[in-house]
Amino acid sequence: METKPLTGRFREDGRPVSLKEYHAAGGYDGLVMALSMPRDNVQKRVQDARLRGHGGAGFPTGLKWSFVPRTPGDKYFIVNADEMEPGTFKDRELMERDPHQVIEGAAIGAYAIGAHTAFIFIRGEYHRAARCLQQALDEAYQQGILGRKVMGRDYALDIHLHVSGGRYICGEETALLNALEGKRPTPRAKPPFPQTAGLFGQPTVVNNLETVCNLPHIMRLGPEWYLSLSRCEDGGTKLYGVSGPVNNPGLWELQLGTTAREILEGQAGGMRSGHELRAFQPGGASTDFLLPEHLDVPLAFDSVMQAGSRLGTGCLIVLDQQTCPVKMVLNLETFFARESCGWCTPCRDGLPYTETVLKDLIEGKGQPEDLKLLEEMIEWMAPGNTFCALAPGAMAPLQSALKYFREDFERYLGKG
Amino acid sequence: MSTNPLTPDEITAIRKALDTYLRPEAAAVDALYIVQQRHGWIDDARLEAVAGVLDLSPAYLDSLATFYPLLHRKPVGRKVIRYCDSVSCWLMGSDRLAASLRERLGIGEGETTSDGAYTLLPHPCLGACHQAPVAMVYERLLTGLDPADPQGLLEEGDGD
Repeated sequence: METKPLTGRFREDGRPVSLKEYHAAGGYDGLVMALSMPRDNVQKRVQDARLRGHGGAGFPTGLKWSFVPRTPGDKYFIVNADEMEPGTFKDRELMERDPHQVIEGAAIGAYAIGAHTAFIFIRGEYHRAARCLQQALDEAYQQGILGRKVMGRDYALDIHLHVSGGRYICGEETALLNALEGKRPTPRAKPPFPQTAGLFGQPTVVNNLETVCNLPHIMRLGPEWYLSLSRCEDGGTKLYGVSGPVNNPGLWELQLGTTAREILEGQAGGMRSGHELRAFQPGGASTDFLLPEHLDVPLAFDSVMQAGSRLGTGCLIVLDQQTCPVKMVLNLETFFARESCGWCTPCRDGLPYTETVLKDLIEGKGQPEDLKLLEEMIEWMAPGNTFCALAPGAMAPLQSALKYFREDFERYLGKG
Repeated sequence: MSTNPLTPDEITAIRKALDTYLRPEAAAVDALYIVQQRHGWIDDARLEAVAGVLDLSPAYLDSLATFYPLLHRKPVGRKVIRYCDSVSCWLMGSDRLAASLRERLGIGEGETTSDGAYTLLPHPCLGACHQAPVAMVYERLLTGLDPADPQGLLEEGDGD
């Protein structure tokens, strides 16, 4: 049985898998299977497979779908391809190397919630990925995979590719909806949740692109197979990435629940000579730092949470002993401050303020009360105080850095 | 009446976007991209003309255009260099890459060289963190750059 369902068909030469190659490897069989079942069975299959969102939040996908009302009327399915979490480079590979997998997954998701229109929302910087997807969409229409009769069945589906103008906030699902509607992409207050009132006020599901790529395989090979892929309670594989000063930075599809040690020391080939591991962020810029003592933590949703961080996007960022953690945190906060959409006050004012405090500290202009100030910032931008998760995410690396690298912060005060 | 600054092709492409999205606001980003594609940036006259085609106010369109970093409301150089300044590239020397670019071009971030050849912009994560540091020129992603030697980056596309 397949152990790398998402990346197993990738071509060595880096070109996208063609429609012919995709068909030959069982492509679109999952969609045919889905269309032969009632929608509820598709949802149940995904729930039984214990597929959770691979975009960062880890919400169970089938459960998310189940909140869509069964009433008639327009519904929308959206693939979130707005990959912009610093340190993350997994969805781009999936789009550039196997675009039909994205389309098949989107079609299954759309069918499962009763949508006849789907959008793939891609960030504007991903030019090559957009070209690969558009070409695959054109092929899918020509071959009758999409359109008025999907795979010859009595189901109509249009999938549109929307190229965004950039901005991290667009990856937040309600901001994404505003962006697609042509509004300034600020988040919306929840409730109502998108599943009941989303795009143009209609029931909408937004799923991360990697999540969507799992759907064809769950349909085709079943929940039991899918559960057997992983090493934890949740099903499937995960695309894990490593960036930073390691010997072999890269991206690999591995069993969900592979440990950080196996990924960093095995796949990534360990630290570069002259560099030692100080800490790592397990899933992108908005996840708390973990330490070498956490290397044996399985990188799965619940286990990383127990270790005090989040699986996030599963793309690890490595901090070495030679790099100042305070400066790394400043780099992260500069990103978040720039990308704040400005909609709510704690984030709009708090993030630039945090950035300034860190900058002053590093420049030797820090005040003794600065660390307390930073801690207050973390409280003000805690979950629940803002419309979306941007600011709380921005505080995650800061709070864990203050916990683990306090002496590095204090050293700057000593210089002041 | 002044002549419409949009070409018939541009107007056709914008109307096609309207057909996809059904609502004028939702077609706005596509429409702005259509204009920028040909001219490199979106000037006031064209912004107003697009607003006319979509039946939106120019102010509304401007509120969108100014939100998105990939839409330019100011002239840019023939080559827009966007170097990634997010965390993975920073760990691998993007600060030094930025310094060499500033020095070579004689401009700061957000500026355009006096001959109109280059605009230098920092940009958030370009999604190729395992090949850091990276930058984007035109629509092309350039990876594994040497922070001390940006010459190849500056020459990108010259042979095309």
